[in-house]
Amino acid sequence: MEEGFVPHWLQLMLESLPTLLWAALIFTVPLTLLSFALGLVAGLITALIRLFGPKPLVMLVRFYVWIFRGTPLLVQLFLIFYGLPSAGILLDAFPAALIGFTLNIGAYTSEIIRAVIGSVPKGQWEASYSIGMTWSQAMRRTILPQAGRVAVPPLSNTFISLVKDTSLAAAITVPEMFQAAQRIVATTYEPLILYIEAAALYLALSSVLSALQARLEVRLNRYGGFLEANA
Amino acid sequence: MIGLTDIEKRFGDNLVLKGVSVSLDEGSVTALVGPSGGGKSTLLRCINLLEIPTSGSLRIGSETLEFRPGGKVPAKDIQRIRLQTGMVFQNFQLFPHRTAIENVMEGLVTVLKWPEQRARTRALELLEKVGMAHKADAWPATLSGGQQQRVAIARALAPSPRVLLCDEPTSALDPELAQEVVDVLGQLAHEGTTMVMATHDLRLASKIAQEVVFLDAGAIVEKGPAAIVFDNPQRERTRRFIASLRQEAQGGAGGEKSKASS
Repeated sequence: MEEGFVPHWLQLMLESLPTLLWAALIFTVPLTLLSFALGLVAGLITALIRLFGPKPLVMLVRFYVWIFRGTPLLVQLFLIFYGLPSAGILLDAFPAALIGFTLNIGAYTSEIIRAVIGSVPKGQWEASYSIGMTWSQAMRRTILPQAGRVAVPPLSNTFISLVKDTSLAAAITVPEMFQAAQRIVATTYEPLILYIEAAALYLALSSVLSALQARLEVRLNRYGGFLEANA
Repeated sequence: MIGLTDIEKRFGDNLVLKGVSVSLDEGSVTALVGPSGGGKSTLLRCINLLEIPTSGSLRIGSETLEFRPGGKVPAKDIQRIRLQTGMVFQNFQLFPHRTAIENVMEGLVTVLKWPEQRARTRALELLEKVGMAHKADAWPATLSGGQQQRVAIARALAPSPRVLLCDEPTSALDPELAQEVVDVLGQLAHEGTTMVMATHDLRLASKIAQEVVFLDAGAIVEKGPAAIVFDNPQRERTRRFIASLRQEAQGGAGGEKSKASS
C-alpha cells in the first residue's frame, strides 16, 4: 500500500488482525468456553457438597476452594504445566491451561452457586415437596431455575474475568491471542500498536459477553423474581 | 379415613405436640384452631410429613406409617403419603418462574409423569373451578394475593389428594381477598373435599368446618362439632380464645385502622 495513504499504525493493525483473530478463534474462545462450562459443573458439584454433603467431603471441598481462591492463577498454571512433570505428570499446554482455569473457575463459582441456592426461600422447597417432588426434582425444577436468575450477574463477572485471564495462558506457551500479539511484536518492534490492538480485541470479546448478559437478564427477569420480595 | 394416633413432635428439647390423636372422616372439614405456637401448623405439617413426627402413627386411607424416636422414614413412604395430601400455604408459595397453569401442571408432569397435554387439560379444569382460568398464562407476580392463593389451591388439588391441608390460607390476605379464598374453599367443602385447616379466621372456620379441634400448648383442649365448640365451648380455655377471636372479627372491616388508632 502507498506510504501516507494509510497510516503506518493502522496498516500494521490491519495486517496483524487475521493472525490475532485466528488465535482468538482457535485458542482464546475455546479455552474460555470450555473452562467456564467445566468450571460451572465443578462449581455446582462443589456447592452442592458444601450445602448438603457429608462432613469429610465438605472439609475436602472447603480445602479446594481455599487453595484455588487463595493462590495466584498464574502460579497455579505454572505449577500444573511446569511443576507437575517433576511428579511424573506431563501435560500439553492447552490441557494444562484448561485444567488450571477450570479448577480456578470451579472454586469461585461454587461460592456464587452456594449463595444463590441459599437465597431461594425455604417455602419453595416445601411447596415442591408438598406436591410430591423428591429432593432432586425440587432442586432441578424449582430451586436451580430461580437460583440461576440471581446467579447471572455474579457469574457473568467471573466469565468476563476469565476471557481476559486466558491471556495468562501465554505464559505457559499456549499460542492464544496475547501470545500471537507478542510474537508479532518480536518481529515488528511495535509493542504499543500491537498491545493496544490486543487490548481492543479483549474489550470487544468482553463487550459481547456483557451484551449477552443483559439479554439473559431480561429473559430471566420476565417473571419478576422471588414473590416474597415484591410482597 | 385419616387418623393420627398419639403424635408427638419434638424440636430439640421443645415438645411441640404432646401425643395428639385425631381422626377425620372422608369428606369432612376440620378446623384446627388455637393460639399461635399451640401446635396447629406443626400438626398439619405432620400429616404430609413436611415435619416427621417423633413418635405416633399416621394413617391415610390404606397407608399406615409408624414413627419412632430416631427412626428414619423411607423416602418412598414419605412420597406415597405426600401424593395423597395437598397443601395450601399461608404465603401461597407459588413457583414464581412458572405461569399459573404451569404451577398446577407441575406435580402432574414432574411427579406423576402425565403427558403434557393431559396435564394441561386437568390444570385448566382446576383453574376454572377456582375461578382462575382467565389468568392461566399469567405470572404469579402479576396476580393479587387472593388470586395466587386460588391458583395454589388448584395446584394442591391437581394430583387428586385424599385430603387438602390448609395452613392459615387467608391470614396473609386483606378481608376482601380473603373472602375469595373462603368462597373457593367453601365450594370445595360443599363438593365433599376432605379438608383440614389451621386457621385464625373465624369466618373461614365457622362457615366451612364441621369439626373443630382446639389445640393449645401442643395438646387438644377440646374437639367436637363446629356448632358446639364455637357456640357453646365446654372448656374455659376454649371459651376465652373463641371470645377473643370474636372480638377481633367484630373489629372487622376497620380492624387495621382501629389498631392503628388505639
